Amino acid sequence: MTLPQIPDPRKPANDAGRPAINGDDGTPGFGVYLHWPFCAAKCPYCDFNSHVRHGGVDQSAYAAAFQREIAHMRALSGPREVTSIFIGGGTPSLMDPETVAAVLDAVAGAWHVPEGIEITMEANPSSVEASRFRGYRAAGVNRVSMGVQALNDKDLKFLGRLHSVTEALTAIDLAREIFPRMSFDLIYARPDQKPDHWAKELEQAIALAADHLSLYQLTIEEGTPFFGLRQAGKLHVPDGEHSAELYELTQDVTAQYGLPAYEISNHARPGAESRHNLTYWRYGDYAGIGPGAHGRLKTGNLKLATATERRPEGWLEMVGTSGHGIAETEELDAVTQSDEMLLMGLRLTEGIDLDRWKKLSGRDLDADQVDFLTSLNLIERIGRNRLRCTPQGMLVLDAVVADLAF
Amino acid sequence: MTDTPLSHIRNFSIVAHIDHGKSTLADRLIQSTGSIEQREMKEQILDSMDIERERGITIKAQTVRLEYDAEDGQHYVLNLIDTPGHVDFAYEVSRSLSACEGSLLVVDASQGVEAQTLANVYQAIDNNHEIVTVLNKVDLPAADSERVKEQIEEVIGLDASDAIPISAKTGVGVPDVLEAIVKRLPAPKTGDPNAPLKALLVDSWYDAYLGVIVLVRIIDGKLRKGQQIRMMGTDARYPVDRVGVITPKMVMVPDLGPGEIGFITASIKEVADTRVGDTITDDKKPTAEALPGFKPAQPVVFCGIFPIDAADFEDLRSAVGKLRLNDASFSFEMETSAALGFGFRCGFLGLLHLEIIQERLEREFNLDLIATAPSVVYHMTMTNGDQLDLHNPADMPDVVKIAAIEEPWIKATIMTPDDYLGAILKLCQERRGLQIDLSYVGSRAMVTYELPLNEVVFDFYDRLKSISKGYASFDYHIIGNREGDLVKMSILVNEEPVDALSMLVHRSAAEKRGRAMCEKLKELIPRHMFKIPVQAAIGGRVIARETIAALRKDVTAKCYGGDASRKRKLLDKQKAGKKRMRQFGKVEIPQEAFIEALKIGE
Ligand SMILES: Nc1nc2c(ncn2[C@@H]2O[C@H](COP(=O)(O)OP(=O)(O)OP(=O)(O)O)[C@@H](O)[C@H]2O)c(=O)[nH]1
Ligand SMILES: C[S@@+](CC[C@H](N)C(=O)[O-])C[C@H]1O[C@@H](n2cnc3c(N)ncnc32)[C@H](O)[C@@H]1O
Ligand code: SF4
Ligand SMILES: [Mg+2]
Repeated sequence: MTLPQIPDPRKPANDAGRPAINGDDGTPGFGVYLHWPFCAAKCPYCDFNSHVRHGGVDQSAYAAAFQREIAHMRALSGPREVTSIFIGGGTPSLMDPETVAAVLDAVAGAWHVPEGIEITMEANPSSVEASRFRGYRAAGVNRVSMGVQALNDKDLKFLGRLHSVTEALTAIDLAREIFPRMSFDLIYARPDQKPDHWAKELEQAIALAADHLSLYQLTIEEGTPFFGLRQAGKLHVPDGEHSAELYELTQDVTAQYGLPAYEISNHARPGAESRHNLTYWRYGDYAGIGPGAHGRLKTGNLKLATATERRPEGWLEMVGTSGHGIAETEELDAVTQSDEMLLMGLRLTEGIDLDRWKKLSGRDLDADQVDFLTSLNLIERIGRNRLRCTPQGMLVLDAVVADLAF
Repeated sequence: MTDTPLSHIRNFSIVAHIDHGKSTLADRLIQSTGSIEQREMKEQILDSMDIERERGITIKAQTVRLEYDAEDGQHYVLNLIDTPGHVDFAYEVSRSLSACEGSLLVVDASQGVEAQTLANVYQAIDNNHEIVTVLNKVDLPAADSERVKEQIEEVIGLDASDAIPISAKTGVGVPDVLEAIVKRLPAPKTGDPNAPLKALLVDSWYDAYLGVIVLVRIIDGKLRKGQQIRMMGTDARYPVDRVGVITPKMVMVPDLGPGEIGFITASIKEVADTRVGDTITDDKKPTAEALPGFKPAQPVVFCGIFPIDAADFEDLRSAVGKLRLNDASFSFEMETSAALGFGFRCGFLGLLHLEIIQERLEREFNLDLIATAPSVVYHMTMTNGDQLDLHNPADMPDVVKIAAIEEPWIKATIMTPDDYLGAILKLCQERRGLQIDLSYVGSRAMVTYELPLNEVVFDFYDRLKSISKGYASFDYHIIGNREGDLVKMSILVNEEPVDALSMLVHRSAAEKRGRAMCEKLKELIPRHMFKIPVQAAIGGRVIARETIAALRKDVTAKCYGGDASRKRKLLDKQKAGKKRMRQFGKVEIPQEAFIEALKIGE
């Protein structure tokens, strides 16, 4: 098989000769993130801020609170042009389409939201949720990201998912029909997962995919049921060599089929990257709204990190009394900002802009470190001012970042 | 206080193997003579240091004066000295014995005679002590008094027919012990209250309120407040500030007379200014003849102690100085290491002593420390005839200049159930031991070996305990230096020598030791982004080698806007962690890895 030509990652995708459907102009951008903190059930691997409320939730109360907090964030950020909106969770596909419409309208009322920007919503691929897709589209959503996770029922069950493969396939079809853009997530490096099995599943996924896939290695997060199982010796996930092998396989297969990685776990046809997530990795600004949402906002000369109250009811109450649920605000100093830029930016195949990094940190990267890591073929310079990880470097990114940030 | 006639004084030590119940018996004796009020009583009350209480062991001998109304209607003064059982503190036992005329030998009736039982009882016999044997822990189901009596007779050669069965825990038999002390132990033999003062300096320690306290046993004459005294060995003179007895509270008394044991303070600055075993006399009216005294305790095990944070060096300096005030058996001098920075080369009585000093430094002075592998003192004869004592393998002179190296040897006694004998003999043999004796008492074997101390400080004790499931006991004393075929083994990480890990080993053990160290380091040094060779070498010759594979995967799968703060905090932690790493070329070795690698055992 001949490998497709991979475009120069330095250039914004819309310069790559193909129209960029994500509207990316290569800048960090300004994104708006909205967190819907409820799920139908809690998955055993998940440490997201998600809560199960069997009694149901009063969506209109939450919609109203979102509207108020959006106004508050707008006051903090000042007037800005939004480059993307993302409704994440939890499970946003449990929201009524009216709730989605209400929050999107509030965003558009607060900031300047240009026509056609990427508006993504996370969705779980169960039949009930798929039935609301048309409503979301009507509310303005133009991209869905679905948590498919696996393409066999046994593994779906192991992952504690409520949907079946059949439901997922139906949801994918429906999403392709309804939304201009669609992506889905798989979790791999599952216990005992063999490379050839994963390769097959991955090829199947690529066949189902539009132009974007998120492929995550299963991470055992502290405090989750899986963590307890592993502690007790009842769960073994691939590590070291085995997990590296699966990772490399994933890179090879996706690249072969024209969906190369543009970030550690994200793959897209060039030009179809998630504009919103690029903002995170390029260390742009974003407003984080809803329970347990994080933001990075410039106000005046300061860069603020904001985090809201995680407990939905607590957040709701806070917004009710003070107009926002922000529980923590931190002013980020130069070292912190440059560290964050480094650890986010080196995740991208395009790497980081060294001039920008120097401006943030007030210093150059340690030349000896850079030379040494370069000599190990873990990082490389591109052009005059960019630095990125090599494919080998990506595998040990956390160690590379620790060495560079020191 | 001095009104007690000699005939009504009994001075005795309590001796036993570790954990056979000396301190617990002392508790019962203190309690049943009403020396302390019930509400003030606690278990092993004489173990007053935190570290003693936590570990449940006695480190420092303690003296208590008890007042006892015996069955014969007479009032007696009993001076009890509770001694440590562990071999490192054998010196505490020996000086305690010289202050007494009798000993209570405590034997755990469920365990029987152990190595330190023997060592300590022989010392008591050497000091011409009368011995009252006590069989302790008879409350335990496993207690077997008859068998243990036989053992005592066979192994020690003491008549055990009148051994007293007791439980120091429940108090059963304790009144019999008190009566036996009065009836069977002798009173101090001589003592003239009118003769010139002659007193034995038994012990000294530092007290935060009273300064240096000196424990004395009066032979002749009287010791009173205000008196000008002279230490005959050091020729130091002091006016006495206070005179008192320990009950175990410190109680001031006007004077101390013949046969009595008590303490004085005399504005002495450091414990090192007092010499245990010295004779104290009256400066104006001195005694004609000094007591024979005893040899000072010599440190036999050495290691480097370094602060983990180099900025703590000054604090460490002041801490070792302060500890030394209270423990003259511990020595130190400054040392520099490429791997560990500035620190001190310290000498100890043994491994437990080392461990305890390190722990006290860390705890009482709030320091984080790292200790290098323990080593012994090597005596070198150089080709030019110079003689040299080497305390630190890193200082080893060029081999071509060395004519001969001598190392200290010990005589070790091991007692073990015979099931483990084979494995123990093998261990001793592997450690270059020479078997001197092997005998049986029932199903227990007793072996005597001569061994190089160097082999014992490595991990002998841990190995012995593990192969005997904890049942073997071990005692030793130094017998002198012997020449050995010793070589310096260096450890290289990524081609760089790590000075703190170099050691002197016997040529025959070098390869095995080198391999073990390389394997251990392979486990302990975290993977780097490149592969790292770990080598053991003698001179330029590599004798063992391991390779630490390069890091294969270390990357967070999921990292979005909400993860930036968390990841950054992790990065901050990593950065802080890097501060605790030691850099060897491009290799970072965490402090923890050093600590583990340097741990004796495993
Ligand atoms: N069952 C029982 N346990 C006892 C008895 N006497 C002491 N012990 C226990 O044995 C352990 C050791 O007692 P210690 O009095 O500290 O022994 P030691 O001989 O002073 O020990 P070292 O000073 O370390 O040599 C403690 O846990 C005591 O509670 C007894 O008569 N019966
Ligand atoms: C915000 S989450 C949840 C979205 C949606 N609620 C769902 O589960 O389908 C986004 C994605 O992160 C991935 N993910 C969550 N926890 C993970 C873990 N412990 N290890 C690997 N991937 C995980 C899943 O693929 C998931 O779809
Ligand atoms: S549905 Fe998604 S957010 Fe909810 S618990 Fe599962 S993985 Fe977490
Ligand atoms: Mg004790």
